[in-house]
Amino acid sequence: MKTIKLAPATWGTIGGIALLAVLLFAVAPAALDAFRLGQLAKYLCWAIAAVGIGLAWGRGGMLVLGQGLYFGLGAYAMAFHLKLEQAGPDGVPDFMKLYAGGVMPAWWEPFRSGAFTIAVIAIVPALVAGIIGYAVLKRRVKGAYFAILSQALAAAFAILLIGQIKSTGGSNGLNNFTTFFGYNLYLPENKVMIYQITAAVLIVALVIVAVLYRSRYGELLVAARDAEERVRFLGHDPANIKLVAYVVAAFLAGLGGAMFVPVVGIITPSNVDALASIALLAGVALGGRAALFGPVVGAIAIGYAQSALSENFPGSWSYFQGALFIIVILLLPGGLASLFARMRRTPAHTQVQLKQEEVPA
Amino acid sequence: MREGAAHPRYSLRPCKELDVDVVLSQVFTGISIGSVLLLAALGLMLTFGQMGVINMAHGEFMMAGAYTAYMVQRGFPDEISLLVSIPIGFVVGGLMGLLLEAVVIRWMYHRPLDTLLVTFGVGLVLQQLARDIFGAPAKQVRSPSWLHGQVDVFGYQWPISRLFITAMAILAVVGVAATMRYTSLGRRIRATVQNRDLAETVGISTRAADRATFFIGSGLAGVAGVLVTLVGSTGPNLGQSYIIDVFLVVVAGGIGQIKGTVIAAFGLGIIDSFLSHATSGSVAKALIFVLIVLFLQARPEGLFAVRTRSLV
Repeated sequence: MKTIKLAPATWGTIGGIALLAVLLFAVAPAALDAFRLGQLAKYLCWAIAAVGIGLAWGRGGMLVLGQGLYFGLGAYAMAFHLKLEQAGPDGVPDFMKLYAGGVMPAWWEPFRSGAFTIAVIAIVPALVAGIIGYAVLKRRVKGAYFAILSQALAAAFAILLIGQIKSTGGSNGLNNFTTFFGYNLYLPENKVMIYQITAAVLIVALVIVAVLYRSRYGELLVAARDAEERVRFLGHDPANIKLVAYVVAAFLAGLGGAMFVPVVGIITPSNVDALASIALLAGVALGGRAALFGPVVGAIAIGYAQSALSENFPGSWSYFQGALFIIVILLLPGGLASLFARMRRTPAHTQVQLKQEEVPA
Repeated sequence: MREGAAHPRYSLRPCKELDVDVVLSQVFTGISIGSVLLLAALGLMLTFGQMGVINMAHGEFMMAGAYTAYMVQRGFPDEISLLVSIPIGFVVGGLMGLLLEAVVIRWMYHRPLDTLLVTFGVGLVLQQLARDIFGAPAKQVRSPSWLHGQVDVFGYQWPISRLFITAMAILAVVGVAATMRYTSLGRRIRATVQNRDLAETVGISTRAADRATFFIGSGLAGVAGVLVTLVGSTGPNLGQSYIIDVFLVVVAGGIGQIKGTVIAAFGLGIIDSFLSHATSGSVAKALIFVLIVLFLQARPEGLFAVRTRSLV
């Protein structure tokens, strides 16, 4: 019988994912009450998007400040479906009676189908990222330019959502969902099921990204991050390499957004605008942007800290978040993961690129 | 027959949108929007161009300028408080910039992308500080009576306050351009931007040049903040509402290019006002983004790029 030989680091990755799965599926449902479990599910949605940001930013060197766009595309597609499910066959969503005189735009119609909605969630964020990424990356737009454009993207998306009140609910967003693919959202066992789906999506996301990190592609991505010109001279096109990371990151953000809707029960433009997008980076930076588990740990920690601080000291969250960005990025650019890395020797690709390309002057 | 003119696809609808009056008034509105953008972008262009550092707290320096105008108004009569506020706003913004440079940015010159996130954090803290000190509701800054009323420009009634902002924006551009072109400080800054190592070799203190750039650039943000009190209210989110548009101006104009920044600011302002007129404001914003991506397809380094021999 052929035995499969794996490097110790690979066993570490598999073990880490397994440990996380045990924590999420066995420990957390037993240890947390229904409310806290719902909160954890919300953090997991952010964590799914954060895993993608780790790929694009940590390994790919692309500062993605506009992941809210892809998060929002997934979320709104899901919300459209849930609203139509609630309205019943041939029904019109309640908010449209309020804002649009009960007239539903024709492009809403296909979202009655669950299969169509899932296809949109899986395809549209990746497709949009593919088109924008191709246009931007092929022209070698990078560094600060890329960051600002990606941020403008999320800002424009949020403004568009607010403006199109008749089909998006405007700044109030979409809320008041009752069922999730036929399951009553108010029943506790269904809430646990939605939590489990979210956790499963996160595990799948981690596996996808772990496989990418271990592959030749993952090495190329780090190479394109650290020495783009050399990669180009070796015959690869860095734009294609980065594009894949950007598209996968968008796909994951879309999945996180789609789960966010049944978990939280509301989606508004403020969940997906430029500010929300950059807030997603806080967790990634804290946990360690280039490490596999860093973004997950960071996103959950930040989500928890935000809930705890907002409950106890309203208004202090902005200070905390601001201080976090300043302290972590300034003093600990590798995040918490780099503290562990210091204890044992780690391969260079998990480290953060410290020397960044400067803007040509 | 000329191609296009009579072709049904290209024939222009005889509707009010093509009225000369409407076109002119949109151009004026655009220039007015562009002037505010220009004032804010000028400072950003300096700091961005100098060190490739993206200062996300630039918007909060504007906010500080606006609150400066609010505070100055408590001690001075309305007639002169605006004029007093402008230099004070410059110094307030400039000192905040110096502090930011000394405490945070100087440690991060080799990590320009990370600077963006750190300064974003600084911006968050400053916003919350403003909220705690001045309260979340917006404050009103009264404009002096000599800016009230309208003047007649090409047959249009135009608010004097808007013209004043445009005049100040032009003044700021001329001031910055002259400083960069003719003064010894400007020469040192340009030398540092063009080749930091060589500038140091010939005895220029690049650290001092960095600090001077940051002072001037941030000070201009403060001035922009004082002036935007004429067209809007002063609240903790003032900076946030401008920062992305201002960044887009700098990106479209090209790093460190005064000429590019001026054209990009007015261009963006005019396109914004036309698109807002033809569509709704929200669609206009999204369209502008598409336009900028398309524009960068043609000119990835902005309108005017500095030619270098570097590969990147």
